[in-house]
Amino acid sequence: MKNFNFKSASNTKEASKLASGRATFLAGGMSILPAMKLRLAAYTHLINIKKIKSLSGIKVSSKSIRIGAATTHAAVAASKEVGKSIPSLAILADGIGDPQVRNRGTIGGSIANNDPAADYPSACLALKATIHTNKRKIAADKFFKGMFETDLKKGELIESVEFEVPEKSAYAKFPNPASRYALVGVFVAKQKDGVRVAVTGAASSVFRSKELESVLLNNFSPSAVDKATVSDKGLNSDIHASAEYRAHIIKSMARKAVSSC
Amino acid sequence: MANLIGAKLERKEDKKFLTGKGRYTADINLPNQTYAYFVRSPHARAKITKVDHSKAMKAPGVIDIFTGDCVVKDKIGGLICGWKIVSQDGKDMKCPPHPVLAKDSVNFVGDHIAVVIAETLEQAKNAAELVNVNYKLQKAVIKTSEATGSENIHEGIDNNLSFDFLLGDKGKTDEAFSKADKIVKIDLVNNRLIPNAMEPRAAIGDYNTSSDELTLYTASQNPHLDRLIMSAFNAVHPEHKFRIVSPDVGGGFGSKINVYAEDVVVAYASKKIGRPVKWVAERSESFMSDNHGRDHITHAELALSNDGKITGLKVDTIANLGAYSLVLAAVTPTYLYAPLVLGIYDIPVACCTVKGVYTNTAPTDAYRGAGRPEATYVIERIVTKAAKEIGMDQAEFRKKNFIKKFPHQQCLVHNIDSGDYNAHLDKAIELADYKNFENRRSQSAKKGKLRGIGFSSYFEACGVAPSAVVMSIGSGVGLWESAEIRFNATGNISVFTGAHAHGQGHDTTFAQIVSDKLGVAIENIDIVHGDTDKGPFGMGTYGSRSLAVGGTAIVKACDKIIAKGKKVAAKMLEGKPEDIDFKAGEFILKNSNKKKTIGEIAFACYLPGSFGDIKSPLPEGVEPGLVETSFFDPSNFSFPSGTHICEVEVDEETGETKLVKYTVVDDFGTIINPLIVEGQVYGGIAQGVGQALYENANYDESGQLTSASYMDYTMPRADNFPQIKLDYTCTPATSNPLGVKGCGEAGTIAAPAAVMNAVIDAVGTDVSMPATAEKVWKALKKNGSKKAAA
Repeated sequence: MKNFNFKSASNTKEASKLASGRATFLAGGMSILPAMKLRLAAYTHLINIKKIKSLSGIKVSSKSIRIGAATTHAAVAASKEVGKSIPSLAILADGIGDPQVRNRGTIGGSIANNDPAADYPSACLALKATIHTNKRKIAADKFFKGMFETDLKKGELIESVEFEVPEKSAYAKFPNPASRYALVGVFVAKQKDGVRVAVTGAASSVFRSKELESVLLNNFSPSAVDKATVSDKGLNSDIHASAEYRAHIIKSMARKAVSSC
Repeated sequence: MANLIGAKLERKEDKKFLTGKGRYTADINLPNQTYAYFVRSPHARAKITKVDHSKAMKAPGVIDIFTGDCVVKDKIGGLICGWKIVSQDGKDMKCPPHPVLAKDSVNFVGDHIAVVIAETLEQAKNAAELVNVNYKLQKAVIKTSEATGSENIHEGIDNNLSFDFLLGDKGKTDEAFSKADKIVKIDLVNNRLIPNAMEPRAAIGDYNTSSDELTLYTASQNPHLDRLIMSAFNAVHPEHKFRIVSPDVGGGFGSKINVYAEDVVVAYASKKIGRPVKWVAERSESFMSDNHGRDHITHAELALSNDGKITGLKVDTIANLGAYSLVLAAVTPTYLYAPLVLGIYDIPVACCTVKGVYTNTAPTDAYRGAGRPEATYVIERIVTKAAKEIGMDQAEFRKKNFIKKFPHQQCLVHNIDSGDYNAHLDKAIELADYKNFENRRSQSAKKGKLRGIGFSSYFEACGVAPSAVVMSIGSGVGLWESAEIRFNATGNISVFTGAHAHGQGHDTTFAQIVSDKLGVAIENIDIVHGDTDKGPFGMGTYGSRSLAVGGTAIVKACDKIIAKGKKVAAKMLEGKPEDIDFKAGEFILKNSNKKKTIGEIAFACYLPGSFGDIKSPLPEGVEPGLVETSFFDPSNFSFPSGTHICEVEVDEETGETKLVKYTVVDDFGTIINPLIVEGQVYGGIAQGVGQALYENANYDESGQLTSASYMDYTMPRADNFPQIKLDYTCTPATSNPLGVKGCGEAGTIAAPAAVMNAVIDAVGTDVSMPATAEKVWKALKKNGSKKAAA
């Protein structure tokens, strides 16, 4: 790891101000620190945002759940409110990494990093999330741009993520046997006005499966999944799985998610 | 005290390990220490046209940088192959030069080119980025199957063929096959594995400019051998001025047998700069540069008579040696493999050929089991296939063909002294509830799962090994072992062993043996190993040899202690040595109530003078002190055996395989500590299951290691396992007085075949290791499964 300056911000304004030059925000550090240790990333400044109180916490209303960006996965997993209103989100959080990661890693860090195999981005897409930053509100559909790429501008800081409460939802993950990240993760949500199916792990970035959404809109049942054709075009092929296998597992996980809704 | 053989004692060493008090090489920091960082090749195969380190030399904190030119100039020798194989045409195997720092060419990703020595590790790393190496890229040879047809990697080694080895009688085998009623054929891949010891390799060179003594701290399984090799072949430092310390070592599995380039280079660099030089592997360096294991492709054929008797076996294997030949690289796929392909079956005639080939991949060498897992995989897969093809129950088929009389001279090499193969198979069948398997299969089917059962009845040649045998077949050293029992005047004991513990629990088992033999409380016995300055020369630990060879050396040293003790006791008790009995720590004069404890005898041995009325207790001619050394060289290998029975459930939709039931019955001969043996068996099975279902070292076409971290290399984990059922049978070994056979590798040897036989039974068609979900899914789909196709 190359040397860097470390500063803690006490509010978002200060954090944003400190983020000049080759700087980045540090919350749980579950992605950025390993990358720096492996010399895949180097920064002159790390701005610690863990001390900003307004960034942590969970607020629940009848229509949505709003989670502060620096809230840990463990906190989301343990939240009774989340468990009651969107249980799939609590289950998803409980399945991220291992206990160490869940106790340090944060929701804001996860989606800002937009790892192609991260779990949270699929929840954002399927649950019609709104990403609140210190500058604006961004719809999840416009937030995830590509591999490790988001719509965030330089110095822009995620403050919270707001999920719409669906009628029902579930997340099914087929873990990569080595890393246990999602080889394929499928988040299925049924809203009053439609169905959303978001897929993570299978391509260069999280995406919505229009094929699965359309068959499930007609008939929200596991057997409906059989009718969908999930193309392997654009899906990842690597030592863990071919695109063909990932396409098959997308359907399998969709079936599993729908049946556990 | 006495009767500790067979006692289920908790490990003495666990307190320190479990409370984080272990002292590993990386925990050692010396005054004035510097840090080494290696510049490694990012290419699988290239000529080096220039190494320019002028910029790096000026970087902050840099003390010196050494390259291939430096080691040539200072006449530092290259790394060696320690056991040479002779090809079937009578020619010696071909070994390419293996410099500790590459000068002209690099041959695998991770090959060592230069070392930067700096005040801090970060400075060394920063400077290493400034070392400019010019490469002329060449086409890499990667695949085991394509090596002989590719461009020569090393000058003078045609077809990349190191050796073409033959064991057995080809003519007679062909004859048996021509008369066979049925021939069963199989093609197998034994996947390449990366050892992944929990502690990465580490080394600290510490040259003392005043005394001219060089100390090397290194995570090694065999420090004395390291010192011998580094003195005699690498010319690092003369043996008598050279100390190697291997303190606590966190797992070896064969990957810490070799003297590695990093060991030689930090020792050399320390002499050059006159300061300690420390190197600790990062995990990615371990993946790239620790020796890898396995990597065979094999075609095998089994000849059968109509009544289901095996009449002959033919095995043809290509073994990938990687870029160079390491210490045991050649013996592992030949003498540790070929004789073992016979398994525990009475096979009248057989032959086995092995081509050892070079490729642009990390060098391979012994990895837990070393040759024997590969051999067991061949015979247990083909035997299972044969039983299925002739429609005989697989347990019946095995029993019909088992060796039943001992000693048994096999048709290839080994003379098996003892065993009872029906006994462990029967016990395993009982314990695994084999008779109700079909019920369980239907239960699984109701849940949408395909259930399969697999057997693996294995044997292995352990306790390596008789020097007379191994040196006659190419070993550079004899494989005896040493022990020294040093009684202190106050009655406690230091035991020095040439074996080395890196997870095996010697501190406990060896102390149990000494306690049992000498009747001294176990807490008064200290086992000392891992320091060439302390104990006598020893061969180290690998090949499940510590107890059978090292433990026996301890027994023999104990016997010498008792013999001397009897002489002293005789004088003290006013009798004859032959009238002294030794039992439970006491020397007793026959037909009397006169006795002395061994502690009193030890004390007397250290106070031999006469003071007034006190007469010397030592008989005339008996030297003072109570210290005895023994070197034990066994007459034969030891032959543990056993039966594993595995059941899996395969998810038809996703191809995922889950281990649901695992039973093992081993015959390890006498067991010293069942608790430790249990741990060894569990760990071994976990590694074997890892090979069967998860682990795979993968190189892409250009030779990049694409499984170079835990993100991509799948290790088996606790949640992959059901509770393993474990039991034993016992036929004591006759080649050592303890009757022990060895247990450290057994699990790894037998498990891959048991698991794969179960997977194939479930799927109904062949699948190669590792049986990943996708591979199984593809096999199911090909086999017509509707669920897999959905």
